[in-house]
Amino acid sequence: MHRVYLDNNATTPVLPEVFEAMRPWFGERFGNASSIHHHGQDTRAAVESARESVAELLGCNAPEVVFTSGGTESDNLAIAGLVAAGDHVITSGIEHHAVLHAAKHLEELGCEVTVLPVDGRGLIDPSDVRRALRPKTKLISVMMANNETGVLQLAEEIGKLAAEAGAHFHTDAVQAAGKVALDAKRIACQALSISGHKMHAPQGVGALYVKKGTRLTPLFYGGRHERSRRAGTENVPGIVALGKAAEMAKQAFDRGGQERMSAMRDRLEQGILAQVGEAGVNGDGAPRVPNTSNIHFDHIEGEALVIALDLKGLAVSTGAACSSGAMEPSHVLLAMGLKPERARASIRFSLGKQTTEEDIDFALSIVPETVARLRSISPRYNKQVVST
Amino acid sequence: MTEPNTIAVAMSGGVDSSTVAAMLCAEGHSVIGLTMQLWNQRRLAGREGMPESVQGRCCSLDDVYDARRVAQQIGIPYYVVNHEERFERDVVRPFVEEYLSGRTPIPCSLCNNHLKFDQLLIVAQQIGAERVATGHYARVTFDEARGRWLLKRPADHSKDQTYFLSGLTQKQLSRTLFPLGDMTKPEVRELARKHGLALAEKPDSQEICFVPGGDYKRFIDAYLAEQGESLPDTSGELVTTTGDVIGEHPGIHNFTVGQRKGLGVATGSPLYVIQISGGQKQVIVGGDEHLYSRTLRARRVNLISIDDLHEPMRVAVKIRHRHEPAPARIERTGTDEILVTFDQPQRAITPGQAAVFYDGDVVVGGGWIA
Repeated sequence: MHRVYLDNNATTPVLPEVFEAMRPWFGERFGNASSIHHHGQDTRAAVESARESVAELLGCNAPEVVFTSGGTESDNLAIAGLVAAGDHVITSGIEHHAVLHAAKHLEELGCEVTVLPVDGRGLIDPSDVRRALRPKTKLISVMMANNETGVLQLAEEIGKLAAEAGAHFHTDAVQAAGKVALDAKRIACQALSISGHKMHAPQGVGALYVKKGTRLTPLFYGGRHERSRRAGTENVPGIVALGKAAEMAKQAFDRGGQERMSAMRDRLEQGILAQVGEAGVNGDGAPRVPNTSNIHFDHIEGEALVIALDLKGLAVSTGAACSSGAMEPSHVLLAMGLKPERARASIRFSLGKQTTEEDIDFALSIVPETVARLRSISPRYNKQVVST
Repeated sequence: MTEPNTIAVAMSGGVDSSTVAAMLCAEGHSVIGLTMQLWNQRRLAGREGMPESVQGRCCSLDDVYDARRVAQQIGIPYYVVNHEERFERDVVRPFVEEYLSGRTPIPCSLCNNHLKFDQLLIVAQQIGAERVATGHYARVTFDEARGRWLLKRPADHSKDQTYFLSGLTQKQLSRTLFPLGDMTKPEVRELARKHGLALAEKPDSQEICFVPGGDYKRFIDAYLAEQGESLPDTSGELVTTTGDVIGEHPGIHNFTVGQRKGLGVATGSPLYVIQISGGQKQVIVGGDEHLYSRTLRARRVNLISIDDLHEPMRVAVKIRHRHEPAPARIERTGTDEILVTFDQPQRAITPGQAAVFYDGDVVVGGGWIA
């Protein structure tokens, strides 16, 4: 079956160049970066060049990059590592569960947590951040780009507020890295999370930017790896791959990759909306990353649409899945004020570097007809048609 | 692209539905596996005396895991579909309310009527599967002469599940397959082994899937507490059949017709619950002989083998899952009422249960005992 993958916010395929870069580290090249012999030195060099590439992408200095096992660890390390019992933390209702559940855990440990609302476009109002500040506020954690809608927050303004209040600012940039230019200095954050597999490196590697001079309590106890911020022998193939992926992301920005990506995304979005009535973009009107489009198709179950499209070869998703794999209404869309029916009728399309114009054509050829088919069978839709 | 004649199999993670998926796949059908996520066991875990750990079977991660592994093994697409909201509205709520009104509900029938053969059929159709197969022990055939779809008892009467399926409409039956209808349980297990299914020896589920350990009273307490509702006070008098008050009871939902234990009174001869009067919150008790009755009224009737009951008909009627159908006469006594008159008085006819009418192996129809 011809298959098209438009679920790159869930994970991305490893790019061939990235795979080539990491491949020697499964065989002919190996070593423990802490060893003093040749193998150790060779490995150390590879890890440190990868660190430089990531630093280049994030607009920081290499020693400020801590390699981790992925976005969730980076978020947890930042949140647990910057806060102590009794502190006050500000976050938002649309964060990834890696942040929300970590913050909930802090609450159980004796921290106070304020969860900020978002408006209908999915934007946090910086003046809400200001109002939530308290003398004990130690950390503000607000994501850069939302995984479900792609909506970009006003991170610089929030960073400025945090600096004025003497609080730390952490931003989960997992869905922003590789999609928009990042500049940790300009955002004025103390910590910023990225994940390898959301930017064409493999699963199991990520990084946390930690601003020089920031005190961070580690999650793991062990050796003095990563300047004592993350104990454990480095995942060398993964780190090398993340370095290569960061390098390629940077190059793509310089060559206008973002503009091409958003042109394709816009063609998909407008093509669908031109053919399907009673549908709309969630997060419309807010700045978004160039690869994401979250669309509600009223009167249908997003769950059935995802399955029907998968059976036709198109991989897309609804935002959230529970532990059994069943789909749940997205907490992000609900926080934006969508009615539960509309949240459940929403589908996320997310493009990757491998996405082609033909992929978009394919999606445009099957999405409208599938939505029409589902609506023709939907008891809810038919009831509505009869009553109007 | 889904092929024409694609069949969706409702997979619970048990041996029956897994075998259905494997056999349809082996027969060359295009098959899609679907598991309905109906209830989140974690919701009530640890509340009001419910076990801390998740123990109920319904939609447990273990069952979903088993279903998914079978689908992967036989190489079919597999999806979990979320119907928790509908299940709560159409099965769990009515289950709680029936008990609180002094009746004894059967959630499995409600689940079949409102979820498995309603929502699941809709999802199946939306994803391109016109028919749904399940692991129920029952048979469905089309009767040319009558122009009707018939629901029939399975070859293995000891596994007969038609009692829970009597609410199915013609439209639902026309899109339903019961591939195990001609097989016995040992044959199904043998077939599962033949297909190399690791769960061939998995024990059958017995209890109501969302009630851990079968303790429905604890479930009702925990559910109402979770909903922020207090358990309504349904305590009242324990009354004999002759009207003498002999004690008090803590709430009518603790009782079911025919129950002997837990009445809290000691008398010379054994006492049974004869009747529960929801309105007066009375539990009427008496000797075994008072449990027998020759008639019952069935409401919200669904007819399957006939389009209407114009004149009285001789049938056999089953009044609970484990009941041998008893000879009776049925006649229409109202637009939504059928009077059942048994040849011999039946023990413990229980309001809230289903009365299902059989003509031999053919299910004529069924209704709810008023």
